[in-house]
Amino acid sequence: MAQRYEIRFSGAGGQGLITAGIILAEAASIVESKYAVQSQSYGPEARGGASKSEVIISDEPIDYPKATIVDACLAMTQVAADKYANGIKPGGVLLIDSDFVKNVPQGDFKVVQIPIMRTAKEDVGREIVANVVALGAMIALTDVVSREAGEKAVLAKVPEAFIDLNKKAYSIGFEKVKEALAQQ
Amino acid sequence: MAKKVALMQGNEACAQGALYAGCDFFAGYPITPSTEVAEVLSIELPKIGGKFIQMEDEIGATAALIGAALTGAKALDSTSGPGMSLKQELLGYACIAEIPCVIVNVQRGGPSTGMPTGPGQSDMQQAMWGTHGDHAAIVLTPASCQEIYEETVRAFNLAEKYRMPVQIQLDEICAHMRERVTLAEPGELEIINREKPSVSPADYKPYDATKGMVPPLATYGSGYRFHVTGLNKAADGFPTTKAELVDAEERRQIDKVMFNLADIQKNEEYLLDDAEVILFAYGSTSRSARYAVNELRKEGVKAGMFRPLTMWPFPDDRVAELSKQAKAIVCPEMNLGQMVREVQRVAQGRCTVAHIGRVDGEPINPGQIIDKVKEVL
Amino acid sequence: MAYDYEKSIRPGKLPHIWCPGCGHGIIMKGLIRAMDTCNLDRNNTAVVSGIGCASRLPGYLDACTLHTAHGRAAAFATGVKMAKPEMTVLVVGGDGDGTAIGGNHFIHACRRNIDMTYIIMNNSIYGMTGGQFSPCTPTGALASTTVYGNPDPTFDIAKLAIGAGATFVARGTAYHAAQIDKLIAEGIQHKGLAVIEILDDCPTTYGRRNKFRSVIDMMKRLKDIAVPVAAAAKMTPEQLEGKVLTGVLHKEERPEYTEQYAEVIKRAQGV
Repeated sequence: MAQRYEIRFSGAGGQGLITAGIILAEAASIVESKYAVQSQSYGPEARGGASKSEVIISDEPIDYPKATIVDACLAMTQVAADKYANGIKPGGVLLIDSDFVKNVPQGDFKVVQIPIMRTAKEDVGREIVANVVALGAMIALTDVVSREAGEKAVLAKVPEAFIDLNKKAYSIGFEKVKEALAQQ
Repeated sequence: MAKKVALMQGNEACAQGALYAGCDFFAGYPITPSTEVAEVLSIELPKIGGKFIQMEDEIGATAALIGAALTGAKALDSTSGPGMSLKQELLGYACIAEIPCVIVNVQRGGPSTGMPTGPGQSDMQQAMWGTHGDHAAIVLTPASCQEIYEETVRAFNLAEKYRMPVQIQLDEICAHMRERVTLAEPGELEIINREKPSVSPADYKPYDATKGMVPPLATYGSGYRFHVTGLNKAADGFPTTKAELVDAEERRQIDKVMFNLADIQKNEEYLLDDAEVILFAYGSTSRSARYAVNELRKEGVKAGMFRPLTMWPFPDDRVAELSKQAKAIVCPEMNLGQMVREVQRVAQGRCTVAHIGRVDGEPINPGQIIDKVKEVL
Repeated sequence: MAYDYEKSIRPGKLPHIWCPGCGHGIIMKGLIRAMDTCNLDRNNTAVVSGIGCASRLPGYLDACTLHTAHGRAAAFATGVKMAKPEMTVLVVGGDGDGTAIGGNHFIHACRRNIDMTYIIMNNSIYGMTGGQFSPCTPTGALASTTVYGNPDPTFDIAKLAIGAGATFVARGTAYHAAQIDKLIAEGIQHKGLAVIEILDDCPTTYGRRNKFRSVIDMMKRLKDIAVPVAAAAKMTPEQLEGKVLTGVLHKEERPEYTEQYAEVIKRAQGV
């Protein structure tokens, strides 16, 4: 892994992306004992409009705690794509919800498209777990933590009654990206 | 047994540190970006039989804090910006009446309402000079979630040991970011509790400094009946206007801090041995500074960082030494020139002192610091 | 035999700072009698005040005494009571301290119904600073900052307390000295926030300016305007014009704050 790897989750407020960022940071820093810093947008910025959650992961202590130019970005909405998908490293990756981001940001990075919300609703059965689908997808896309570490962190976060649902969401998100990458 | 680790925000780490230190009372008033400290303690304190009270305003919160501390409670209060301005009145009361308590200020932009969700470091001089009248201040500036946890414990220890309010100055970035925190086992970190009187209630004087600069503090409801006032007072706690008594008390309350600098001050020195340019940085900005030092070293620039964890009392002696060694000291801070004034005061022109200020709600990034260093060298 | 007040007074702390003719001393004696009536253990009694002439009272009393900052007494006292509910907490202070700068703390202490007794000595003026008008100075009255007559309307402290949620509200006067201890004692025995307003006079900064020729005139005014609640019930509005009701004005039972918080602790601990 690179010394410092930066990931941004962006979308609409209420889509659970801050939680997705926190779970990823837990997977890295608690499950895998790496270093991680998670931060997020606050206040008026976080309500309604575009919301973001950023995670920096490293094998070494992390000094500057904010994302600079991210290695990987998720955009769940067009607004988020327009606002946050501009700072991606050359050679980086962008995952978009293909149903909502029609105007695909262009740049020197790889774009992977999955209908994340639809997958949550139709394949998993609950739209509310779209963030976990997205998390599985981002982990598959970046390999920043292991598949197992991600799943462990997800399951540690959810109530007993929702374990199966989240396990399924995480797994489907992960597989969808692997399939998409195989096709590319 | 594996240690308990958790990913948590700086504000949560502060609350957890307080609990470890034995905090059993919180009074506060909601204000961004400090509110998580209150939220965590509203959940955790009643579980251990402690008390949480949300007061009608920030002044009332500090009042309740002091009242609770007099009954023996280890009390915490957290706030930001405008709230900290309101607290200045009773911060002074806690100073003169010598009441141990801890106040957390999560700095945001300002003045006034400013930018409630944006970071700032613009309350640094206020922390020392905000309340009226001469007084000492102990102000801590941690920079990571782990450090916030541990420094909150230290803040309580210093408050109890020196019988005074201790301020923790966070900033919105440190307060809201999440990092792994390793929670200490019971007994792992030192916990200091205030000294109890050794004399009988009849002989007790709450400000009797004949046996030491920090007189023991009795608690209400323990058989000791004593008087506490915000007026200048004599050893027995009652008001006095006798010049020599007032003078001695005022000086003692400052001396108890200034004669114990070695115990109170704490700094981190990063790559300073051969440093020609020294970054003086604290809080979240010190993280950008460390990044900048590492990058500059790669380019062959002999850069280092001096990072106070105790900002007040200011580390005069060490900064003076560094000003003899360095060609330049560069002070990045999210304000338009606060701690740089202290560096300038102490450096006395022995080296270049430069400032990087930012008040637009964005952090000072490493690139800005690197550019400034190259400019001054 | 004369009542033994001295056992409750800190040795060497008298004489007090109050001027001749001030009612604060009368009220302090009433408070001492009330504390005796209630058998208060002075080791477990906190007497908390703000700033002003009335707020100097705690310094004379042999108890756990806390002379705080201007207006903040109720908030300091709330901290004491919350942290140590087994203590009896008494708050004393003046009208300006309690209802102007301390108004916010005052109404919220009433709202919480925290078990404390707040004795407000209402002399209608800021005495210690030399007679500036307070929220309780009558409209039209003269003060050092209202030399053309006070344009401000006044607070009715008792109504304010009732409106804010205090569960015991009483009023007395410095003239009716024998009633003071009874009202305060009932307030102390009441579970919840008790407000006892005692009408009082400041001959030095209010009386002289407002054409009272002597302290006796001021006392006579207190005697004349006071109407006990029971007597008032039989009087017409015309007869009550210019009068002030005295006695217990309001009493109700409502959950007390520290008891409510004890329930919070139980819920948090899953008991």
